[in-house]
Amino acid sequence: MSAASSQHEQHAVACPFCGLVCDDLVIAEQDGRLRVRANGCRISTAAFERESRGDGPRVAGQAVTLAQAAAEAARLLHGARQPLFAGLGTDVAGARAIVRLAERCGGVVDHMNSAAGLRDALVLQDSGWINTTLTEVRNRADLLVVAGSDVAGRFPRFFERCISNRETMFGDARRCEVVFVGRGAPDGTLGPDSVVTVLPCDESRMHEAFGVLRALVAGRAPQAAGAAGVPMPALAALAERMKAARYGVIAWAAADLAYAHAELTVQALCELVRELGRTTRFSGLPLSSGDGDATFESVHLWHSGYGSRTSYGSGVPEYDPYHFSTERLLEGRMADVLVWVSSFSESRTPPATAAPTVVLGRAGMTLPVQPAVFVPVGTPGIDHAGHLFRTDRVVALPLARLRNSDLPSVSQVVEAIEEALSCY
Amino acid sequence: MLLKLTGGTVYDPAHGVNGEVRDLFVRDGRMVTAPGPDERIDREYDVAGCIVMAGAIDLHTHIGGGKVNIARAMLPEDHRGDPVHRTDVTRASCGHAAPGTLAAGYRYAEMGYTACFEPAVLPINARQAHLEMGDTPIVDKGGYAMLGSDDFLLRLLAAGAEQAVVNDYVAWTLHATRCLAIKVVNPGGISAFKFNQRTMDLDEAHPYYGVTPRDVVRTLTRAVHELGLAHPLHVHASNLGVPGNEATTLGTMDAAEGLPIHLTHIQFHSYGTEGDRKFSSAAARIAEAINRNPNVSCDVGQILFGQTVTASGDTMSQYRNSGHGRPRKSVVMDIECDAGCGVVPFNYRDKNYVNALQWAIGLEIFLLVDDPWRVFLTTDHPNGAPFTTYPHLIRLLMDRTFRNERLALLNPAAQAMTTLATLDREYSLYEIAILTRAAPARILGLADRGHLAPGAAADITVYRRQPDPERMFAAPAWVFKDGEVVAQDGKIVKVTWGRFHAVTPSFDRGIEQRLQEYFDRYHTVSLGNFRISADEMAAFGHGAALVNHACERREP
Repeated sequence: MSAASSQHEQHAVACPFCGLVCDDLVIAEQDGRLRVRANGCRISTAAFERESRGDGPRVAGQAVTLAQAAAEAARLLHGARQPLFAGLGTDVAGARAIVRLAERCGGVVDHMNSAAGLRDALVLQDSGWINTTLTEVRNRADLLVVAGSDVAGRFPRFFERCISNRETMFGDARRCEVVFVGRGAPDGTLGPDSVVTVLPCDESRMHEAFGVLRALVAGRAPQAAGAAGVPMPALAALAERMKAARYGVIAWAAADLAYAHAELTVQALCELVRELGRTTRFSGLPLSSGDGDATFESVHLWHSGYGSRTSYGSGVPEYDPYHFSTERLLEGRMADVLVWVSSFSESRTPPATAAPTVVLGRAGMTLPVQPAVFVPVGTPGIDHAGHLFRTDRVVALPLARLRNSDLPSVSQVVEAIEEALSCY
Repeated sequence: MLLKLTGGTVYDPAHGVNGEVRDLFVRDGRMVTAPGPDERIDREYDVAGCIVMAGAIDLHTHIGGGKVNIARAMLPEDHRGDPVHRTDVTRASCGHAAPGTLAAGYRYAEMGYTACFEPAVLPINARQAHLEMGDTPIVDKGGYAMLGSDDFLLRLLAAGAEQAVVNDYVAWTLHATRCLAIKVVNPGGISAFKFNQRTMDLDEAHPYYGVTPRDVVRTLTRAVHELGLAHPLHVHASNLGVPGNEATTLGTMDAAEGLPIHLTHIQFHSYGTEGDRKFSSAAARIAEAINRNPNVSCDVGQILFGQTVTASGDTMSQYRNSGHGRPRKSVVMDIECDAGCGVVPFNYRDKNYVNALQWAIGLEIFLLVDDPWRVFLTTDHPNGAPFTTYPHLIRLLMDRTFRNERLALLNPAAQAMTTLATLDREYSLYEIAILTRAAPARILGLADRGHLAPGAAADITVYRRQPDPERMFAAPAWVFKDGEVVAQDGKIVKVTWGRFHAVTPSFDRGIEQRLQEYFDRYHTVSLGNFRISADEMAAFGHGAALVNHACERREP
């Protein structure tokens, strides 16, 4: 079997494991094992190189065929009054299929990262924003302000790809100054010759600091010694630096704004950007949480007009980000079947619930409780081809199939469930 | 399968058929000549007394892509007012200003439209645009790739690149993005805005590249012509919405130097500065220029009153207009050194001077452009109004009394500034069939659409004759798509998935080496992943075929 064991190297591979979807990876495959040969990071290397296990579908813990698992899922869904489709870590084809199935079953859809996504979405609905995308940052930004977020941890190659590069479309000596408001970044994130400032602050109150910055930029003089723990002289200096930027960017990862009403913090950032935009160019850069959140939200938006937390129970899409959250529906026992999808991450397991649960999980997922149905699925970009949206929801990239795999995709499993449903 | 449509009154301007009673025959999705006496008709439709036209074609409607999805995300309150119920054949969605893709396809088909073209596909966003169009049922679709503020083209122009190199880049872009035509939006202006320039005149040099909008229009007009594209360069001119922009619009026509040029949503570009409010109609001068220059065509971008949302690649204009938005929210986005987008909800009000005059200006253009083959019926959906207002717009064109009654309700100062009441023209059904079928098919190079001669695709709309054209055009009795009945009495009865239309003009592959190096150095996406493959298109469209239309190179 020399052909089967020969090493095969693929270039320009897109990585689906964070919102950047870097597509310059070089990955070698041998006997189904993957090795990141170039342009990997902590997250991608771990996710690509994880060994896949060969467990098959199970119903109540017993090994079954895919058709049997699909039949049991269909039986549960057919009897359900309000099924909940959650997790939803999948690619474009999987998202299309889940939306179709949820609509057919009169269910609710809610992505596993929607709590974070909502912090941005509510601002989009209320006032909007002025934003930018990764290639603009890479080529234009001369000032980056990171607002209370672990950008380096969540997006390990962000600084390398968008900030530290000297060569841009407009010259070869670009320098992008970085100011961290709140937590900084680990040593070595930025090059030794970079200009970095860290302004430690109480992150859960950082909207106060950004509100003061907005007032300063607007030419008002707030009567305060500081805000959110940042002294006034530091804020005044930052306001001046922002006004002097030619193309400034404020980046945040909504997942790190994990406190009540963080949408107001996001709004404070966006309104500061708008204020700066009166005289110079400044943009926001919202960074998504991953697990296909930008993909599911985009696909569901174009079908229905709404994001996560939409119910099809009445035959029309009904959007209610308060009532239709996974947490609320499960805690209140208002969902009678849970379908949980996580094809990128085997560690994102379904929340505990008494409701019968159908899991479409990345192969190798271990569950504390045996679900009613478990179907191991392939990972888009490893086991099958697909498409994934980047954090900016502008760029959708093709994901490659990197190895031969018998694992079905989420869309294939959904099709099998739909076929079983048509027997009722 | 052989179908017969018996006794309809046929309007088929592509063949000069003006309201003649004819039988039509359809075999396997195509129009055919009358069969021999021995052939069995599988199904006969009695359409006696009905008006029969080819399926309508919208050559400028924002139905797919990033900016439309942003508009959707911004407007849950608008969707709530127009939920679309799941039925036995259709799926749940939402309608009105920024409808879901499913609702958009259903509603176009219910109105007798069988093809829709998204005119602003950012090359870097083309995959999303096609995914969304792929999820738009029934209608045929296609996109126009946006160039003109992308760094690669502007640096080519700044370096004085030969026309042939620009042509190669334009052709490569069409291949990579699977688009049908090329559009330019505020030429160079979207890029200039990223350099903090807030306005851009036709002959103003770009702050970084030194290139003028006129240079961009001239070069792209020529590229499109020489590559042999059917559709002329589709131009959203500089200074959209700015009082006095008529000079820019006339200058943009000149920039084409006699080659074909299509000026889109020209209503937004036909403003003077006369009167107390320094905002007036320049429709007469614009229409006169169109009448005089046979190389120029336009679509109107009519506004109609009510809530809508504006979505455009023109960040410079959308940023400027964001203060006029209702409800007060806006998104402006710089995108990938490629282009940008801006989304601003608008509520056009008939008592508002500017809005009322915009309404009148659009209608003046419709009525003052003599040649119905060179003026197209659009609202620039959703920018002027949602496409579902088309039947109302058709009535405004066909019924002078109705038009003048509506005019009398508007802001009085605006009424005083328009000649609309003096314009007696009423569009005939034949002319409406030109505007909405024959002409768009011809200007897009869709040889087998927009007409009913043997060989054409059997995209047919059958209207029950009614005194009120608005009611008639809102809910056709039958709509056939590729020979199948998809809508009946304004309701979808069958869901199909249409086709994608694209062009793949030939070019020198040498440009790819240059692009490869460029992408590797500056971009965050690799060249290979930027290109959309034919296999991907097949997966995007629920089996919708990708039709590549032939291009014949024209000598410089």
